[in-house]
Amino acid sequence: MTNGWTDIRNADVILAMGGNPAENHPVGFRFVMEAKRNRDAKLVCVDPRFNRTAAVADQFVQLRAGTDIAFLCGLIHHALEEERYHAEYVRLFTNATFLVKEGYAFDETRGVFSGWDEAKKAYTDTSSWAYELDGNGFAKADPMMRHPRSVFQVMKKFYARYTPKAVANICGCNEQDFLKAADLITSTYTPERAGTMMYALGWTHHSHSVQLIHAAAMLQLLLGNIGRPGGGLNALRGHANIQGGTDCGMAYHNLPGYIPIPKADHQSLDAFVKAVTPKPLRANETNFWKNTDRFAVSQLKAYYGAAATRQNEFGYSFHPRLPQSAAGANENWSWAYIFDAMYRGRVEGLFSFGMNPVSNGPHSRKAISALTKLKWMVVAENFEQETAAFWRDDILALVDKKPEDVQTEVFLLPAANFAEKDGSFVNSARWIQWKWKAVDPPGEAKPDQEIIARIFLKVRELYAKEGGKFPEPIRALNWWYSNATVPSLDEVAKEINGWALADLRDEKTGAVALKAGQQLARFADARADGTTLSGNWLYIGMYTDAGNLAQRRSFGDASGLGRYPDWAFAWPANRRILYNRCSADAEGRPWDPTRIGVAWNGARWVGDTPDITADSPPGAGLGAFMMLPEGVARLFVPGQFADGPWSEHYEPAESPVANPLHPSHSANPALKLFTTEFDVLGTPDEYPIVCTTYRLTEHFHYWTKNNAYSVQLQPEFFVEIPEELAREKGIAKGDRVRVTSARGSIEGKAMVTRRIRPMMVGGKTTYQIGFPIHWGFLGRGQQKGSLANLLTPTIVDPNSFAPEYKGFLVKLEKV
Amino acid sequence: MSLTRRDFVKASTLGGVAASVLGFDLAPAWAQVRALKIARTTETRSTCPYCSVSCGVIIHTTGDRSRNVKPTVVHVEGDPDHPINQGTLCPKGITLKQNIVNDRRLTKVRYRAPGSRAWEEKPWDWAIDRIARLVKDTRDAHFIEQDGRGRTLNALTALGVIGGCTDTNEINYLLVKAFRAGLGVIPIEQQSRI
Repeated sequence: MTNGWTDIRNADVILAMGGNPAENHPVGFRFVMEAKRNRDAKLVCVDPRFNRTAAVADQFVQLRAGTDIAFLCGLIHHALEEERYHAEYVRLFTNATFLVKEGYAFDETRGVFSGWDEAKKAYTDTSSWAYELDGNGFAKADPMMRHPRSVFQVMKKFYARYTPKAVANICGCNEQDFLKAADLITSTYTPERAGTMMYALGWTHHSHSVQLIHAAAMLQLLLGNIGRPGGGLNALRGHANIQGGTDCGMAYHNLPGYIPIPKADHQSLDAFVKAVTPKPLRANETNFWKNTDRFAVSQLKAYYGAAATRQNEFGYSFHPRLPQSAAGANENWSWAYIFDAMYRGRVEGLFSFGMNPVSNGPHSRKAISALTKLKWMVVAENFEQETAAFWRDDILALVDKKPEDVQTEVFLLPAANFAEKDGSFVNSARWIQWKWKAVDPPGEAKPDQEIIARIFLKVRELYAKEGGKFPEPIRALNWWYSNATVPSLDEVAKEINGWALADLRDEKTGAVALKAGQQLARFADARADGTTLSGNWLYIGMYTDAGNLAQRRSFGDASGLGRYPDWAFAWPANRRILYNRCSADAEGRPWDPTRIGVAWNGARWVGDTPDITADSPPGAGLGAFMMLPEGVARLFVPGQFADGPWSEHYEPAESPVANPLHPSHSANPALKLFTTEFDVLGTPDEYPIVCTTYRLTEHFHYWTKNNAYSVQLQPEFFVEIPEELAREKGIAKGDRVRVTSARGSIEGKAMVTRRIRPMMVGGKTTYQIGFPIHWGFLGRGQQKGSLANLLTPTIVDPNSFAPEYKGFLVKLEKV
Repeated sequence: MSLTRRDFVKASTLGGVAASVLGFDLAPAWAQVRALKIARTTETRSTCPYCSVSCGVIIHTTGDRSRNVKPTVVHVEGDPDHPINQGTLCPKGITLKQNIVNDRRLTKVRYRAPGSRAWEEKPWDWAIDRIARLVKDTRDAHFIEQDGRGRTLNALTALGVIGGCTDTNEINYLLVKAFRAGLGVIPIEQQSRI
């Protein structure tokens, strides 16, 4: 989230789309109801189903799963066409004034950007997706935004195609409903109004998901809603600590703190730092990533301690580098690619710490088949689950195998749960909150830190005894914890924040700012000369000499806006609203004096922790987006995405219609398909129904099927079917039905409903159905092997590599 | 005096505030009520492990942390002082006790031998020794010191690590440190991708 749960109460308009917060984040949803009650805020809900959020919405629009992006593009068009955008904000804080490089083009009839090679079916030259630069390498701009190649004019032209009629035709909604929703949503373009957007997996689980979020960001920027109390673009996030996992480097492509992983090309620390540090695109920009060297060296010091010296580039060569293919492309080891490689026999061992890929990854049958190729697998868990038990008869039957055929050695380690160990979670509002251990784990279950430490120390012992491949990093790893086999998480938290290894002098005054051994307090404390260590720069300030600030529990709130600055610690730097410089005008006066984000008091920015140098006056011209080398937000995105600089509507990989805008390139042209015999797509003649998956408030993912109350509340898998479709198929409420995709099938009870209506798409009646995900093979009550992901495809977004779980094709029959 | 919302609720429960607010004395009625189960428990502040609203919860355990008492969880409730949930919980959160005290919880190491149809129980030391051996064998067999162009990689792609959505920051960091920075593992992913 750019803002936070408690800030949603400050909104005038809330768009809930690509998420169903009333069902899935019910307690956070209180703040929507509070905004409605206290501010007369309007809630707009756009979803494939009339869901629990829709039930309390002021305006609901049903759309076809997989077409949210067209709806958002339509809203962008509406804002631009009706001049419902915040012009001064757009000029100040976005790249609308920048000039797009000559040579950039978009082919409207084919739906591809310049650089597309039709023969190779790929973007082979994306150099035109860029700004026009001057002699100093800075971007050229037209402050009046009238130049035909200004981002603003290019944008207007690009989105002109998304008329209400075109949107209704693609999304299967009613044009008048779209317009009513559009008027409400864009009503926040005036300075005194603010609107927020709440989204979740309904936006991120598509083959164009990153561009979907890009479209929402563009809209919020046009409306002047980013950085403001009651505004923002808020990813609800589905799990207690996926935010923290991402922050701490649990993704193949990032180190902790979103530093890109070194690649084969980066053969020295200097080459690495040079390659990943952006050059400023305007004079005097903060360009905060210029500090990458400080953060990377401090991290290497945290990893390798005294073994990281200036002579050995702080142990840079101990750290692995991402391999590159013969053609020079970086290897992809994201989730679906790991399982593809596993299926092809390229992965021999797997550790799964609380993960259940058979259930929660795409295409369960491919996942099961991949696991059978493993030599060994270690699963640390609270409950026995489908992945650990994939070798059971009933699960292997899905891929026509028997336990005797599968040689995988499996270890299922009993692990402590959340209540049985301490440590911190980061919620969707970026609050790092500490929790305390309440009770010991049952039986012989052990906390994860002990499992990790004992395995690592045993491997280290084997290397010490026997030697082996490149033992240096294993030997050098800084395992300094007082109790090596059960590291204290308090000590780990201290290391993540980091401390000074020598006396540090203030870079301006020369006075000693921190003594050796003191915890770092500010980002500026991190050094590139090996005199600091910090496991994750992003969390600097969380654990200072004042103690572990994630443990703070004071609910004082001087702002009156629900900021609670002394409750826990929010990254970065305890900032509660990201990009908050945008909450004030060019002179630093808040757009809305009743909802102050930050304000310039003549000497400093006051309010929230300012997202700009605290004493830099408004006139100094520092941009509001310090993490970007241009200092302003990107409407047009130069060279960052695989599928283009603008968000365009592409159909899901499986779609009932060819893309009405450009049928020849219907789905995202930048998609890369997997090619095993499992990676198949269905066509609408055989699979005519659009299908989507979702969650229920009574269950959490695949865990609560072990809890008696949750199972009593929602005992079994069901399929939601529109009344009209049920009539056509002779299906009555409670009948057993089978849903089949090109990948597999699933059976369950029919729930015939009016919550999903038939739609007119491309001039023909189209049905969609849906089902919840929470069942499987192991748990209480009626599991019956109802794994939702038996049906989902292995299609992934070309930027985020997130699977397309929403909007695939199926057929439906009565059993 | 700073009165937290929780203190206020406690005071109300004891009758003092209730009497003054309601204008009549509830004390005789309270005397008839059996002492609350949570009256003698130890309270621990925690965070709900389900969605990322991250509601504050209070876990009640029996016992007073005496050395020879083995505490068990008897109740989990919303934390009234938490600014997000202010004491409330959803239908999942309210049943958290069942997630902790549950007869389906794993309490022993289980092992499935190649080709087997059943789990066997094993001691921890045996499992750690065997896992470490397998890790080392895989790493030694597949570690990539250099690529085809002679560039140093020091990477291992034949071993994957996937982490869960309820691993704390500290656990995630330790996983990254031990497996990526230590052993050189490249395929490291978690729930956020999917």
